[in-house]
Amino acid sequence: MIEISKFIVGFLILLGALFSLVAAIGVVRLPDTYTRNHAASKSSTLGVLSILLGLFMYYLLIDHHANARVLLGIVFVFITSPVAGHLIMRAAYNMGVPLWHKSVRDDLKTARKAKKRR
Amino acid sequence: MIQGILICSLIFLSFAIFATIYRLVKGPTAPDRVQALDALGINLISGVAIFSVLLRSTGFFEVILLIGILSFIGTIAFARYIERGVVIERNHSD
Repeated sequence: MIEISKFIVGFLILLGALFSLVAAIGVVRLPDTYTRNHAASKSSTLGVLSILLGLFMYYLLIDHHANARVLLGIVFVFITSPVAGHLIMRAAYNMGVPLWHKSVRDDLKTARKAKKRR
Repeated sequence: MIQGILICSLIFLSFAIFATIYRLVKGPTAPDRVQALDALGINLISGVAIFSVLLRSTGFFEVILLIGILSFIGTIAFARYIERGVVIERNHSD
């Protein structure tokens, strides 16, 4: 039982660390502010959620007590991290950060132009 | 076995933190840097969680919650500053 639970915890934590590494590689290599935000906001959130779930499972399976603070941390990160990514990228768009030169469509610009014309 | 897995995960996380620091130094615009700082806080939360498993100590859970809350508030404040020029707006009645 102890070995199985250690296997589960190790798998979750290694998966989360790999997700964080993939997110960091995306942050370095992607060409645009918006695509970098896409990598950093989503994949990094999934990585930290997996690592915190591994921590919760560790104390649940080995020490036999469910820890409410870790659950609170999971819920808080899951709610706030996409909101922070959305706000900072909306600020970037209003600041006038250009899109990647190979991107083909900008729906927000056409929608704002149509709204202004009306 | 689990010790090796945890140390391997910490090495991966430190590579991730170095990559976000590279983006923080080089990033061409201000929102890039703010986003890199947010990702840095997230990676720091996972590092504290892995250390809490490694040391078998429950004393670091408040640190996890606190880093999450502070990173969120800092990102919100920077976003409002970039977008509107002020963080806390004045009343219109004044």
